[in-house]
Amino acid sequence: MSAPYPRYASNDGVIAEAERLLGTRLNGASDKVGEVRLDVARAEIVGALQALRDDMGYQQLMEIAGVDYPDRPERFEVVYCLLSLTRNHRIRVHVATDEANPVPSVTSLWPNAGWLEREVYDLLGVLFDGNPDLRRILTDYGFSGHPLRKDFPLTGFVEMRYSEDEKRVVYGPVKLAQDMRNFDFLSPWEGAEYQLPGDEKARVPESPGAQTPLKADEIKR
Amino acid sequence: MSTRTVTIGYGDTAGVLPETPNPHGPVPADGGGLDARKPTPGDFEAQNYTINFGPQHPAAHGVLRLVMELDGELVERVDPHVGLLHRGTEKLIEHKTYLQALPYFDRLDYCSPLCMEHTYVLAIEKLLGLEVPLRAQYLRVLFAELTRIGNHLLNLGSHVMDVGAMTPNLWLFELREDTYGFFERASGARMHMAWFRPGGVHQDVPLKLLTDIGDWLDVRFPKLFEDAISLVADNRIFKQRNVDIGLVSRDDAIAWGFSGPMIRAAGIPWDIRKSQPYDVYDRMDFDVPVGTKGDCYDRFMVRVEEVRQSMRIIKQCLAELPEGPIASLDRKVVPPKRGEMKQSMEALIHHFKLYTEGFHVPEGEVYVATESPKGEFGVFLVADGTNKPYRCKIRPTAFSHLQAMDFMMKGHMLADTTAVLSAIDVVFGECDR
Repeated sequence: MSAPYPRYASNDGVIAEAERLLGTRLNGASDKVGEVRLDVARAEIVGALQALRDDMGYQQLMEIAGVDYPDRPERFEVVYCLLSLTRNHRIRVHVATDEANPVPSVTSLWPNAGWLEREVYDLLGVLFDGNPDLRRILTDYGFSGHPLRKDFPLTGFVEMRYSEDEKRVVYGPVKLAQDMRNFDFLSPWEGAEYQLPGDEKARVPESPGAQTPLKADEIKR
Repeated sequence: MSTRTVTIGYGDTAGVLPETPNPHGPVPADGGGLDARKPTPGDFEAQNYTINFGPQHPAAHGVLRLVMELDGELVERVDPHVGLLHRGTEKLIEHKTYLQALPYFDRLDYCSPLCMEHTYVLAIEKLLGLEVPLRAQYLRVLFAELTRIGNHLLNLGSHVMDVGAMTPNLWLFELREDTYGFFERASGARMHMAWFRPGGVHQDVPLKLLTDIGDWLDVRFPKLFEDAISLVADNRIFKQRNVDIGLVSRDDAIAWGFSGPMIRAAGIPWDIRKSQPYDVYDRMDFDVPVGTKGDCYDRFMVRVEEVRQSMRIIKQCLAELPEGPIASLDRKVVPPKRGEMKQSMEALIHHFKLYTEGFHVPEGEVYVATESPKGEFGVFLVADGTNKPYRCKIRPTAFSHLQAMDFMMKGHMLADTTAVLSAIDVVFGECDR
């Protein structure tokens, strides 16, 4: 008995078939935790997804997810989750990009990609080239910033309140009545890399040392 | 916004409004030297106008704002504005441990909370490779199906109310209240149960609850449910409002990423419970209803039949429910119960560690999708080996369906909006996250 997750058709041979079909367009492929992942170059994504749709039978685009890895040279990863109704199988196609370089839009292949790309743009700031309607979708009208980036604080930058003077809701800079409490219970001997409260007392303060003597021309006479 | 101008008046060419009496006598064949396209004083100019449907509208099923462009009473274009209930769930989950993030899922689709949790716990179990005892799997299927019934009761009731009938909604709400009673007896909470946990369920259910669910399904539920549905299923007015409204072909349903009752109503027998079974769905005997035309009436009737099939599944669960533990005994993931903690030092340590630090999930990425009552609900979970998810992308069912509103509504009357919207079955907790 294994974990009771949804069991679809076997992954056997899927990667080999994708390699035959995509050839050099495929940057890498893996089969981990029971899921097939294909890595495709950014410029080739539309052709690759079309080949997967038309020749391998992945008819449905279920999801486009964006992930932010700030340490990588190309910080964003855009993940296309495809479903085949005929093969009863799922694969994921990953594409890397950054803030400046747009990903070609797949709205020509699947009309529902429109909103999915809008969401990735709204929350992460990934640009999609060719999306006819790349507006914000989930955040408020007039919002600025991309909240799911790792460098966007959980509290945000602005907060909304009702202004008695203006008789409407207004935005102002966020004011916290108490410090933002982010408990991280990661054990210090299992990978936590931050200073625990109180640890700073254990360190011996560095002695300031003697003053650097002034140079001759700095001495005011 | 396009502003196509329609000029109606005596300057207009004959034939547009033939029976309008012309106060200036019959128009000569050459138009009397008047240019038909140029408005003359006294003409009435009708423009396509834009109206706002929602965000505060009882038929909008929450906070949906539809910007609609109308030509008279015909809908030309629909632009749904979503996100008014955006609460940043995905961002919050990144700052919580795996167990602390679980209750957020109740608050996504608040009409079917346990089905939302189901996807999330299955995703964690897939990453952990965690086995789940059989009794826990049965209990999860049982309560997921009870949730499906509760969700469909609300949707069917509000659907008939949106097209003008009041009674079935009130009757179905009474049954829905019964399901909340069962959830409360199992978990202690009526709506936000947080009862499915990675590795199983939180608490065992009392035997009396199971027998009560069985009695309810044998006697009270089928009688009241069939009564309520019989009022509308063959009702002439209900059919006039739903048959041939919002037609979606099989090809469109696939291209637009439809799932759940929406794709089944279009005639495609696709049900993740059947084709990609999770937990003990592969042991269950149930049928997948499909529609023939893909209109709002088909979607309604598919949901009605799904309720009957859910009843079958629950009865099988009740009959086959094995004895045994209700959660995995892996103490590095599932915390021990309080009674055990009073006796065992080891249990106390595990409890403390799991409720402060939480468990660590090995590095990996999974996309797990299950059949929620509204369609495919997916979780794309990226784990980086710590006690918190690196990224948790939630795939709402409503996103694909609501996006298709524009082409489903084209050429329909304004009043059909509510029927199409109800048949989509959208809940904004899930759509906006």
